[in-house]
Amino acid sequence: MSRALRECWLSFGQFAATFGGFQLFSLRLLPYVPKSLLRPGLISEQIYSLGALSLVLIMFGGLFVGLVLALQSYNTLVEFGSTDSLGAFASEALVRELGPVVAALLFAGRAGSAVASEVGLMRATDQIAALELMAVDPIQRIVVPRFIGGAVSVPLLAAIFSAMGVLGAYLVGVHLLGVDAGAFWSQIQDRVDAYEDVGVGLMKSFVFGVSASLMGVFEGFYAAPTAEGVSRAATRTVVITSVWILLLDFIITGMTLPEV
Amino acid sequence: MRPDSATSIGVGMFILLGLGSVLFLVTQTLSMNRISASGTYALQARFDHIGNLKVRAPVSLAGVTIGRVTKITVDASQYRAVVEMRIDSKFDNLPVDTDASIATTGLLGGKYVELNPGMEEIALQDQDEIELTQSAVRLENLIGKYMLKSPGDK
Repeated sequence: MSRALRECWLSFGQFAATFGGFQLFSLRLLPYVPKSLLRPGLISEQIYSLGALSLVLIMFGGLFVGLVLALQSYNTLVEFGSTDSLGAFASEALVRELGPVVAALLFAGRAGSAVASEVGLMRATDQIAALELMAVDPIQRIVVPRFIGGAVSVPLLAAIFSAMGVLGAYLVGVHLLGVDAGAFWSQIQDRVDAYEDVGVGLMKSFVFGVSASLMGVFEGFYAAPTAEGVSRAATRTVVITSVWILLLDFIITGMTLPEV
Repeated sequence: MRPDSATSIGVGMFILLGLGSVLFLVTQTLSMNRISASGTYALQARFDHIGNLKVRAPVSLAGVTIGRVTKITVDASQYRAVVEMRIDSKFDNLPVDTDASIATTGLLGGKYVELNPGMEEIALQDQDEIELTQSAVRLENLIGKYMLKSPGDK
């Protein structure tokens, strides 16, 4: 019994240490951000590998989520005879919720884990120690460009996801199920607000992007310098980021929905 | 340092596509009557009961949306609801005896403010108050009245 308690206490201590370490690490990154902007080459490399190379996944994801969403909501709306609001229904869900959340989850799976294992492998093969020996700050050179690259990429990816989703809903709704095209678009204009829906969606995805890329670089930077350590860093990045994004989404949605 | 060109092209196209998507979402969702080139002016009106009117509900003239409700408060001294709205400045010739009523789109749709222009020559100015108001018609009250009516009385 006492042993189980002690185990619990130890793992709680470990959790608190990691959590605190994460906060300190985030604070440590902040002063580097302005300096990093002076070297846009490093950042654009990261935007390319984290953002541009995720495009195919995000576009496919968005398109198919839009297709399914239109099919599914048509099925419900047809009972109330209000299939005209299919467009508004689908695009509000996409712009506010599905775009930011699913894009960030896909990003965490594709790019967050890649960052964690890349930085973790640098740690394991002593490349980070080598940089320190050459008086190059590894946080400046390795960590911050990846962080900024991710934080810039996710809002753009989320917007692309939502746009593809609306397009998918249009294809299914108008061309497959015969919803009137004019009603589809005018209902979107009527119901979806540029500031309250699109703006909140972008704000959300920026928060998610910052969290996802912070988590990736943190796990990678402090990975145990072994093969197992690197793989655990990648796994933990995906798991913790996903849980964290879903939790944050609930909080932000609760704060921003006008009619709750 | 010149970043290698394949990367630059990739990044450039990615960012253009992202910004293009934002633009697409914004232009598809922003109804044009919500932003007006000529600006807006404020009006307010006091109602006994506003039903379920919400901030951002449309203000319409002859069925066309010309403004939005911006704020709803309660005047504690009169026990009435104060509805503030902003009207497109193109419609700056509403007479001072215009009356405002709260109407419903469809049977169960959202509430909106309907303006019926009066006959006066003088027009409402910025920050003016609409004096003539009609409260929201409460469907549940109407139903209650009819149900309690005995079949005998007409």
